[in-house]
Amino acid sequence: MSKTSRTSITMPSTAKKGTIIEIRAIAQHDMESGFRYTESGKSIPRDIIRTFTCLYNDVEVFKADFYSGIGANPLIIFTTIATESGTLQFKWLGDDDYEAVNQARITVS
Amino acid sequence: MIMRRLIKRASPSHKNVLSKKIHLQLAAVSCSLLLAASNTIATPDGISNKKQSSYEIMSAENKAMQDDPTLNPAMFWVSEGESVWQTKSGTKNIACSGCHSNIKKSMRGVATQYPKMMKGKLQTLEGQINQCRIGAQGSPALAYESKELLSLTALIALQSKGMQITVNENPQNKEELKKGQQWFNERMGQLNLSCAQCHEDRAGLKLGGSLIPQGHPNAYPIYRLEWQTLGSLQRRLRNCMSGVRAQQFEYGSPEMAQLELFLMWRARGMPLEAPGVRP
Amino acid sequence: MNMKFDLPTKMNRRTWIQRIQKLTILTLGAWFSPAFVFAKKEDADEAIQKIASGAKIQDGKVTLIIPPLVENGNLVVLKVSVDSPMTANDYVKTIHVIAEGNPLPNVFTAYLTPRSGAASITTRVRLADSQRVWAIAQMSNGSFWQGSAETFVTLSACTEMV
Repeated sequence: MSKTSRTSITMPSTAKKGTIIEIRAIAQHDMESGFRYTESGKSIPRDIIRTFTCLYNDVEVFKADFYSGIGANPLIIFTTIATESGTLQFKWLGDDDYEAVNQARITVS
Repeated sequence: MIMRRLIKRASPSHKNVLSKKIHLQLAAVSCSLLLAASNTIATPDGISNKKQSSYEIMSAENKAMQDDPTLNPAMFWVSEGESVWQTKSGTKNIACSGCHSNIKKSMRGVATQYPKMMKGKLQTLEGQINQCRIGAQGSPALAYESKELLSLTALIALQSKGMQITVNENPQNKEELKKGQQWFNERMGQLNLSCAQCHEDRAGLKLGGSLIPQGHPNAYPIYRLEWQTLGSLQRRLRNCMSGVRAQQFEYGSPEMAQLELFLMWRARGMPLEAPGVRP
Repeated sequence: MNMKFDLPTKMNRRTWIQRIQKLTILTLGAWFSPAFVFAKKEDADEAIQKIASGAKIQDGKVTLIIPPLVENGNLVVLKVSVDSPMTANDYVKTIHVIAEGNPLPNVFTAYLTPRSGAASITTRVRLADSQRVWAIAQMSNGSFWQGSAETFVTLSACTEMV
């Protein structure tokens, strides 16, 4: 796996204060489980995304630990309350120094 | 075996057992006859009732994965394709956009026409992309199943999403189409099966735990859950061939192009679902 | 039709042998399959115990949704939701998902806050085989709750030779 990859965030760009918004975050990553073997019988080492965090104006509002059981090109759908306008930052960290970031702005009225 | 012996022992009358045996055999023969009869309905067109995309036999979750671009992993390849489309390449230092400018206009409907005869040669979409790269850009050809070729194929196929497949028989492709049909109907491999035996005669029945689809190429390139990545029709066809333990056709070979041509002709009129998701 | 049974004395030896055959097959079957399954289930139980650190896990509040029949175990949509007001005083702190039949039982752990609004997570997981999947939620008051779902995973008919 390369050190970084494409990611995609889907969430509303505007919301009323106090409402719950749904965020979809997906990263392009093979999530090599570590349980597969090459044709010659050699074990393919684990190479997965380990953590995903979401910061809302620099405050951590959500975090997830991923293990080998998460499917390739991992998707996570979670919720958060639209408290104020600002920027949501998303970070994926994984094996072999993998790091990917993305962000989205939200206007809360 | 054991049951029959138990029945024989329990019932004192041998005549009853004999008639029971004949009943069982008659039942078995009539069942297989019925099955055979229902399997052999084949119109000259090739497909018995109506054309069915394997989208219809997928689970609701997988259908949603295909339909929603925010859930479809294939969209990553489309994004990559957008980038490659704009990137200058080759000795002539020109990007795809250099000749084809606005992709939404220039590539609309293109993927529904391939494979087609171009300058007397049968060309697939991937073959045409490489033709452009070598001829117009002066770049080396892209390997089948490479990230770049898949990205461009996904991007171009997306421009025809929802449009009907328009591969029809014409005087130019008649010979190649006939060869493709022969490949489809010819038994191959150690299992000695033809494409038609499963996907024509037994479509709708089960193989293992899975439903046998009609096998239309109307969603390619697909994000196949089995591969955990995006892949081409040719990759899928090679899978089928290895499934029957046959010598796989080579990527980009004339046989592959002929088979692709036949399959697209067989699926004519069906809307293109690309980029699709399949189990 | 005359379905009178023969006198026991005539059938004794044959039925006795047949009964032993059936018992042996049953025993062998029971010996093979549960042992194979229990090995992975033990790992799963251990993982769950580690999460709770000995505390009691109550059934309820946690709903785990996975399709009952899966076409391909490589990417299975999984949704877990926990019944909770998600206020500052009463919210779900963590949700753990454990797969009984996977080589590694832990699938993911989600850390929530009162700002989450709802305790509802959807992701896509790998399921190695037909199995039961567990979701364990730890509440802000330290209590543990669990829910589970069972699924059948079918495998591809034609395998790929790359």
